[in-house]
Amino acid sequence: MIKSLHKRESELANSKRQLEILSNGIFQSGDLPKFAEKISETGQFPLKAKKLEILQVNVGYMCNQVCSHCHVDAGPDRKEIMTRETMQQILKVIEKTGAHTLDLTGGAPEMNPNFRWFVEEASKVGVKDFIVRSNLTIIRANKKHHDLPEFFKQHNIHVVSSMPHWTKGKTDKQRGDGVFDKSIQALQQLNAVGYGMPGSSLKLDLVYNPSGAFLPGDQASMEKDFKKALLEDFGIQFHNLFAITNLPISRFLDYLIASENYEDYMYALVEAYNPAAVANVMCTNTLSVSWDGYLYDCDFNQMLQLPVNSKAKHISDYQTELLEGRTIAISQHCYGCTAGAGSSCQGSVT
Amino acid sequence: MQKTYYDPADLKKFGKISEWNEELGAKFFEYYGKVFEEGALSAREKSLIALAVAHTIQCPYCIDAYTGDGLQRGITKEEMMEALHVAAAIRGGASLVHGVQMMNKVNKLDM
Repeated sequence: MIKSLHKRESELANSKRQLEILSNGIFQSGDLPKFAEKISETGQFPLKAKKLEILQVNVGYMCNQVCSHCHVDAGPDRKEIMTRETMQQILKVIEKTGAHTLDLTGGAPEMNPNFRWFVEEASKVGVKDFIVRSNLTIIRANKKHHDLPEFFKQHNIHVVSSMPHWTKGKTDKQRGDGVFDKSIQALQQLNAVGYGMPGSSLKLDLVYNPSGAFLPGDQASMEKDFKKALLEDFGIQFHNLFAITNLPISRFLDYLIASENYEDYMYALVEAYNPAAVANVMCTNTLSVSWDGYLYDCDFNQMLQLPVNSKAKHISDYQTELLEGRTIAISQHCYGCTAGAGSSCQGSVT
Repeated sequence: MQKTYYDPADLKKFGKISEWNEELGAKFFEYYGKVFEEGALSAREKSLIALAVAHTIQCPYCIDAYTGDGLQRGITKEEMMEALHVAAAIRGGASLVHGVQMMNKVNKLDM
């Protein structure tokens, strides 16, 4: 298993270094326009936050996997874990925001010792869509997690899970040896309790990230191929496939640089720039909360330590009037969300 | 003097061929786009055919384009290589089958 950038003491573990790379080179020389310049061409600068609809909570960077493209740089060696006190502050905020979606992510959110308590309490608040981003293998990793499908069902959780391909080779290359087999077992367990079945209210969606330095293909075509292959080969069913572009940060940035693909990838992102996607980027209706309670425009900005442009920097300071209408913090990684059909945690945006 | 005949950057300029003949250029690209739409064959199958043909005609632009297209569509490297072997088999077979012509000639002329 590879180690996180933090454990390796890589210079890219430092978010400032990542931001330098994203602002220098081809963007400093003018070979490619900076994101702010690009969205200015269509009068979309500055990006402003609209009404909060999605509260995305990162409950910790600890994970049982070390995926090669992970923008969180998550892994077993990451010890950043949200406390119950911060979760309690979040619960108070959920009640007053009126956000229709609560989205728990990590790392592997299930590894937070207060995960089940938080799900039980948050499900009482009555958000319309309560998402848990489960990496699937956590369900098979330890006996104490084997009943997660039943626990998710009990709280009507919308399960969203990563699956880079319907074949073992491509999946294990991106997510680690043995991940594919365990993911298949976990999906079969989820199907067995009703998740992902046609007409079922127990929502099971999959996330596809390209396993290399290329952009995702058409989401609808990919979904068709995934559904056919998973059903024929393993009898597995799911609802929707979200095709998500890999953003050039953290471990994926490390891969791009090491494989000498960084410049070509940035050119591809800029060439695929779609102004129509800018209108629907997720940062305009989302707020991302880090494990220690700080607020960011999205999970990517959280990892780059780009805080919200607001006096309310922490969940304990949350005030709608201080956050609505704020200017979104941007850098060149934002091209990842505006390429082609656009990309968000819910897949394409156009 | 230009040092190579091919420049990868030229692939992105393909559309410029319409500048010197807009009518035929536009007709070609309309046809091209239509050919690759989902039909009796899936767009995925068409991408694999394009990749195999690209190798047969040894077009570096097409190899670049349809390898990338295949990756975006989730086509595996095993599928890509099998498609290339189909192209290679047909191409090799096309040479070898002419051996019958050679044999016919030899059999006719040789004592």
